[in-house]
Amino acid sequence: MIEVDNIHKSFGDNHVLKGITTRFEQGKTNLIIGQSGSGKTVFLKCLLGLFEPEEGRICYNGRIYSDLTMNEKRDLRQEMGMVFQGSALFDSMTVEGNVMFPLEMFTKQSKAEMQERVDFVLKRVNLIDAHERYPSEISGGMQKRVAIARAIVMNPKYLFCDEPNSGLDPKTAILIDNLIQEITQEYNITTIINTHDMNSVMEIGEKILFLKDGYKEWEGTNKEIFKTDNKAVTDFVYSSELFKKVRQMYLEERN
Amino acid sequence: MNYLEAIGKYFIMIREVFKKPTKWSIMRTLILKEIDELIYGSMGIIIFISFFIGGVVTIQTALNLNSPFLPKSLIGFATRQSVLLEFAPTFTSIIMAGKVGSYITSSIGTMRVTEQIDALDVMGVNSLNYLVFPKIIAMLMYPFAVAISMFVGILGGWVAAVFGGYAPSGEFIKGLQLDFDSFHVTYAFIKTVVFSFVIATLPSYHGFYMKGGALEVGKASTTSFVWTSVVIIILNYVLTQLLLG
Repeated sequence: MIEVDNIHKSFGDNHVLKGITTRFEQGKTNLIIGQSGSGKTVFLKCLLGLFEPEEGRICYNGRIYSDLTMNEKRDLRQEMGMVFQGSALFDSMTVEGNVMFPLEMFTKQSKAEMQERVDFVLKRVNLIDAHERYPSEISGGMQKRVAIARAIVMNPKYLFCDEPNSGLDPKTAILIDNLIQEITQEYNITTIINTHDMNSVMEIGEKILFLKDGYKEWEGTNKEIFKTDNKAVTDFVYSSELFKKVRQMYLEERN
Repeated sequence: MNYLEAIGKYFIMIREVFKKPTKWSIMRTLILKEIDELIYGSMGIIIFISFFIGGVVTIQTALNLNSPFLPKSLIGFATRQSVLLEFAPTFTSIIMAGKVGSYITSSIGTMRVTEQIDALDVMGVNSLNYLVFPKIIAMLMYPFAVAISMFVGILGGWVAAVFGGYAPSGEFIKGLQLDFDSFHVTYAFIKTVVFSFVIATLPSYHGFYMKGGALEVGKASTTSFVWTSVVIIILNYVLTQLLLG
């Protein structure tokens, strides 16, 4: 579980995060949504420990990040997995090399043990025949799956995803969403996804945090988002005609 | 003010680079890979340029020594001094700033643009140590490349002198041995070690802290070449004044 208490983050005069307080539950897919420039990426980077907030605190299963020593912070980082928007695979390494990298770096496992673990996670993300291929030789969807495999290979407690669906076709996007949700539940991970994809919001948003201009504007589940009368949320989520109709049908069905 | 900030940031980077690596066995592999990329991969161009520049230095010297009272051995002497003192350590370093420096900036810059450096940081890997330290250690092999450059440069001079008819082989070799001061070789290698550190770190700095996209990677490579060359030229002056002045 990650608890965020009143965090503020500025860059010069630009006050990006303005007192966000929330909680991300273990074993659930938590989504952060909001318009571009609302502070989602900065918030995610604060959660990852890449930015330190000026005020407030972030607790990872009771451990306050700002109170940790450098070594404890490094150990905590090893409990985190991250799927970047552009996958961020090491292009000089094969798929297998990318997934094996964290194991080689941080464990004392034998080559055979590492190989077994890599085979297992690649199979888990449905990539069986891509071991020896380079990132440039595989599709965007496969790259995302490799990134997920790399992120979970160390059995992380926290999984962060920055727009995991961007640039993917709708079918692959749904596959990636489902995969992340399955992994979250299977391994009881605290998963936080930064997204613009409303399909993801509707499908896997067990908890949704809506940011606006650096403030927490709304939070709830994918069921509650249909019913909310918060104008900022409805304007953002139901900006397309299709989603407006979906919402209308849902509300009519309930009435 | 910006320059001062950049200098400060550069030294902070150096401090991070020399922190303990996450795993020495991986670092060893990276160092060997960098030696192959940075040193072994540059040997072809170093040998090619050294041979022909050595030849040109010999021809230029021979054409300017047209007095019958000056011995032909001076051609060998001038070639040795030019190659040993300046051409091999300094000129080769400028070439390496272009070849190796732009490779370092563009490879690290591309990793920055594609979030690969962020991925390392998130995993808890000291990205500066992981990316830059192996390059610094690999560049410690650079004096060996310069030693080869010295040999090939002088060989090029001998070929030009003998086969171009500017000086007989015996006279040229006599000139090579004339008033030889071994400290000149030491001076050349001291310069080379300093330049190798600059060639490994300055382009890394430009790649690591670049912002933007693919176009900016190209711009960063050009900027890094310009600054690496400028720093090499200034350090060349300072070291020459300190060691020979």
